[in-house]
Amino acid sequence: MTGHLPRPARLRPADLLRIGLIGPRTRRLRSALSALGIALGIAAVVAITGISASSQAHLLDRLDRLGSNLITVSPGEGYDGTKVPLPREAVTMLGNIAPVEQVSATADTGANIYRTDLVPSNQTNSLRVLSARLDLLRTLRGQLAAGRWLDRGTERLPVVVLGAAAADRLGVTRPGTKVWLAGEDLPGAWYGVIGVLEPNELVPEIDDSVLVGTPQAVRALDGARTPSTVYLRTHPERVREVQEVAAATANPAQSSTVAVSRPSDLLKARTETNTALTGLVLSLAGVALLVGGVGIANTMVVGVMERRGEVGLRRALGARRGQITLQFLIEAVLLGLFGGLAGAAMGVVVVYGYAAVQDWPAAVPLAWVVAGPAVAVLVGTAAGLYPALRAARMSPTGALRSA
Amino acid sequence: MSESRTTGESRTTSESRTTSEYGRRQPPVLLLDKVVKEYDGDPPLRILHDIDLTVARGELVAVVGPSGSGKSTLLSLIGTLDRPTSGRIQLEGHDLTALSDRQIAALRARSIGFVFQQFFLLPGLTTLENVATGLLYTGETVGRRHERAVRALREVGLAHRLGHRPDQLSGGEKQRVAIARALVGRPGLLLADEPTGALDTASGRGVVELLLQLNAQGTTVVVITHDRDLAASFPRRIGLQDGRVEFDTGNETPAPEPEPVSGPGPGHSAWRRPAQEGTA
Ligand SMILES: Nc1ncnc2c1ncn2[C@@H]1O[C@H](COP(=O)(O)OP(=O)(O)O)[C@@H](O)[C@H]1O
Ligand SMILES: [Mg+2]
Repeated sequence: MTGHLPRPARLRPADLLRIGLIGPRTRRLRSALSALGIALGIAAVVAITGISASSQAHLLDRLDRLGSNLITVSPGEGYDGTKVPLPREAVTMLGNIAPVEQVSATADTGANIYRTDLVPSNQTNSLRVLSARLDLLRTLRGQLAAGRWLDRGTERLPVVVLGAAAADRLGVTRPGTKVWLAGEDLPGAWYGVIGVLEPNELVPEIDDSVLVGTPQAVRALDGARTPSTVYLRTHPERVREVQEVAAATANPAQSSTVAVSRPSDLLKARTETNTALTGLVLSLAGVALLVGGVGIANTMVVGVMERRGEVGLRRALGARRGQITLQFLIEAVLLGLFGGLAGAAMGVVVVYGYAAVQDWPAAVPLAWVVAGPAVAVLVGTAAGLYPALRAARMSPTGALRSA
Repeated sequence: MSESRTTGESRTTSESRTTSEYGRRQPPVLLLDKVVKEYDGDPPLRILHDIDLTVARGELVAVVGPSGSGKSTLLSLIGTLDRPTSGRIQLEGHDLTALSDRQIAALRARSIGFVFQQFFLLPGLTTLENVATGLLYTGETVGRRHERAVRALREVGLAHRLGHRPDQLSGGEKQRVAIARALVGRPGLLLADEPTGALDTASGRGVVELLLQLNAQGTTVVVITHDRDLAASFPRRIGLQDGRVEFDTGNETPAPEPEPVSGPGPGHSAWRRPAQEGTA
């Protein structure tokens, strides 16, 4: 019997978890505060990436609804740098291209818009007053936020439909309001607002515009007879084809002065990952994790000092140094894990909340939701290493004596 | 003093012979041979000087002496919490100097129970969990640990306090929980460092009675106390003074086989018996 040495025993994983939880369980507030740093850091990262992803999802959603088969044709610059207007027949010519399914256009006028006739004439709000064809709304798949669109009757009357940003800047929210249209060579006149458009991400220039019927513009507002922008809806699979021939079709004599673009390309570019944002998020995450790690390390160092007696007792009960290390290391890892999980959860809640308020689809950044807690565990490990080794290095007698 | 040292030494030599020749039959639980403990310093601080000591199985020993005489230091060495600067300690027939830290920790987990003046109960755990912690490092399952903890708590008269937390217990109850934690693994050797030091007389007496009871069941018990009255009730007293054994009343009655219950066989010592009783 005496020859038999007891075999060294291992702690079971469940026991390790149990003793790792003693610290956090008995010092709840302190543990929660120490995990807060990591939680906030990870919440911020999840929230920012999630909100950005939700915004992108929203844009793609909108793009889907607005269609990526819209082409705009507008006057470009000639060799001397001046704008070369499109020919008057450009709209008809472009509409005759086989895959073009719809066509519409706007044209410049000589008028500016003011909230009242008392506003000085140089305060134009940088809003453009344009004449619009009746088919413009349908071609752009525009939506009315309020009121009505122009029709055969109202296109001959002193009435306007406001783009979303224009309405905003003028402070007009409902139809029925009167606005003042005047220009350098024009006598001013009151126009009634009959409609306000929803924002349209594909054609932001319409958001900033005030639209008047073509007959009224030509008669009273010095409306141009050449188009300022022609909008084409093409067959969805033949957009490129139309894009290639649009310039030559619009102005066969000077095709190089015609600007052709596909607004959905711009919109798509906006949805692509923003590297500046990613860098910002990563550095933010780095700082937060560093601060969080220091918080955990600090809590652990204090905890180990306070628990010298426990360390001494555990050694007396047969714990090896390695088992003491493991206990405190697991405690730190758990703090990191709790912080990481709480942070990921907070971030997800923020994303859902923000998306709900913005009426966006919520896009939860799964990679970050998973990586957050994983990284937090690594941070917890790093933060716990020194305190854990310090606890293990204590001599049992010293620990018992000083406790 | 010189007399007791002589008897100690003669016993030591006879014991080491016994250990080598008939060791399997009756080794001493504890054997110290010229044990010296120094702490670093210039010159080194010598706390214990050439301590020779033998404790046989089933003994009940009081270590007395003034504060600072080295009692706790001696108990740490016996309890394998610290290693001597020189000299040899044999526990259960194992020469501690020959063992690795890992082996010593395992030996400590199985063979030694500690009781301290400050109890060292973990505040976040219930009475039951605190006692079960006494088996944590032996590799037993949690179910088995709790089962044995309940039994140990019943033995110290605290079966009705299983779910209480340390701060809900009186000092005497706390120390009884600590004793339950020390005895739950049925160690052959129970070491108590001033177990009544933080208790009032009545609770202190209860604790001492518990220790006596454990000893009567076969556990070897070494108790440190600076209370000479209390020590007087112990069959063997060892007096420390300035790190030396001042007197040792000796184990005149060298604890004949404490086998009130029929043992499992000659190869088995009383040391192990209660634990095996549990497994049977
Ligand atoms: N780590 C240490 N370093 C230096 N001296 C120590 C250390 N531990 C204990 N001592 C000294 O050893 C002596 C004996 O201490 P101790 O064994 O605790 O005495 P007792 O338990 O008899 O009161 C004391 O003088 C104490 O100051
Ligand atoms: Mg002491």
